[in-house]
Amino acid sequence: MIKLDALTKRFGRTAAVDALTIDIPEGDICVLIGPSGCGKTTTMRMINRMIEPDAGRIEVGGRDVTHIDAVELRRSVGYVIQQVGLFPHMSIAENVATVPRLLGWDTARIEGRIDELLELVGLDPAQFRTRYPRELSGGQKQRVGVARALAADPPVMLMDEPFGAIDPITRAKLQDEFLSILRRLRKTIVFVTHDIDEAIKMGNRIAILRSGRLVQYDTPEAILARPADGFVEEFVGADRALKRLSLLMVADHLDDEPVSPSAAKLSTHASLHHALSLLLTSGADHAAVVDDAGAVRGRVTLERIKAAATAH
Amino acid sequence: MAMLQQAWLYILNNPLQFAKAAGVHVSLSVCALSIAAALAIPAAVWLTRRGGAVALAGINAANIGRTLPSLAVLALVMPVLGTGFAPSLFALTLLALPPILINAYTGLREVDVDVIDSARGMGMTMGEILRKIELPIALPVIFAGLRTAAVQVVSGAVLAAFIGGGGLGDYITAGIAMMSMHLLLVGAVPVTLLSIGADALFAALQKRLTPKGLQAT
Repeated sequence: MIKLDALTKRFGRTAAVDALTIDIPEGDICVLIGPSGCGKTTTMRMINRMIEPDAGRIEVGGRDVTHIDAVELRRSVGYVIQQVGLFPHMSIAENVATVPRLLGWDTARIEGRIDELLELVGLDPAQFRTRYPRELSGGQKQRVGVARALAADPPVMLMDEPFGAIDPITRAKLQDEFLSILRRLRKTIVFVTHDIDEAIKMGNRIAILRSGRLVQYDTPEAILARPADGFVEEFVGADRALKRLSLLMVADHLDDEPVSPSAAKLSTHASLHHALSLLLTSGADHAAVVDDAGAVRGRVTLERIKAAATAH
Repeated sequence: MAMLQQAWLYILNNPLQFAKAAGVHVSLSVCALSIAAALAIPAAVWLTRRGGAVALAGINAANIGRTLPSLAVLALVMPVLGTGFAPSLFALTLLALPPILINAYTGLREVDVDVIDSARGMGMTMGEILRKIELPIALPVIFAGLRTAAVQVVSGAVLAAFIGGGGLGDYITAGIAMMSMHLLLVGAVPVTLLSIGADALFAALQKRLTPKGLQAT
């Protein structure tokens, strides 16, 4: 869906982005991550030509974006930034209607779309339509920001640290909600963050950048299991084994041995990280795994968790 | 009180003459303000686009212009343009430019860069960003500049009398020359009222045109 080919951008003598090649399949959430100054935001902003590249190609949906009108391109790509940038003089409804209005949709269609989107992002249209940005909390503003970006149903979304300015509790909630919305809508997303935990949570694939170069591009599981070099290993953190366990589900690591009646119970939807924590607190060597109906599906053991954590 | 009464009687006895003076005063003010706004607001937009040393020079020039006494501006204009309505209009326009330019520039510059970035990112053209985002957000500050300029121009127009521009200033200068207090009041009181009226008018316009989302609660 998005292809970056030897993409390069220089600011003065230094290359902010240096011959970057990344292929993002349709429906993927690709997280660009790295220390500040690694070129992640510059890369993202070249995709909708907020910054013009010096060399290389960018394809979005099979079209070379350097050959189409920048304004037309931006109307077809969702854009969400950390500071949200809601228009303070417009109501929430008018903010959400921005791109449909630019595209010349008729009023009835726009009005219907505003309600649909506000409901999608968990804001009651009756209550929020006529409000103004300054009356909203940070989390509510970013909900509107995402609704506004989704308004014309763009296949591709660019999100630059969308949860960066939000308190941790609200952030976790928004991450969960938006992850499920964006997956359901099958949007192809380029997501910029500097938070590795957010990257692991949100991404199907993570691209780790350093000084404008791609160091590793892989699934979160693979990056945690096999960091490409010392830089990645340090970047993902010393607790990478534990982070990796949080991506693995107990349902995939069951054994069929008999379950002791006193064993603690775990849902099939739990992660191995959760299972390990439970086993450590209960002091047992295994826990019973039960499905939604309450039936025992098998057991998860310390041995299995250890094997999963070290499997390469 | 007796003096005010005399002044009032003078107006009643010379209605056409008074109406003409007031008319000249108002049209001088309105024309000067309109021309100044038509020049200064586009100039402010251009300066924000241009930025850098040029913008700095423009704003500094406007700030210097702001410190010039009104009388000095009129005095400077007379040797070059002579006397009458046109030179007075020119001088008053010059007087009105700085506050409008400075406020419009400041108002446009104060628009949050993230708001402009998101507008660009959603596919607004530069013209759309100016019309739909920057000008509406800067409107209250732009109107504050117009308000300052309006009050300055209405009171400054009194001085047009010195260079034969006419207006209510004629009564004031004549009143001073003839030591006639009531004649002085025939000019001074209406000018004061006009000035207060202009201030109130622009305050009301500013309030009315400020987008709801930007109004103080």
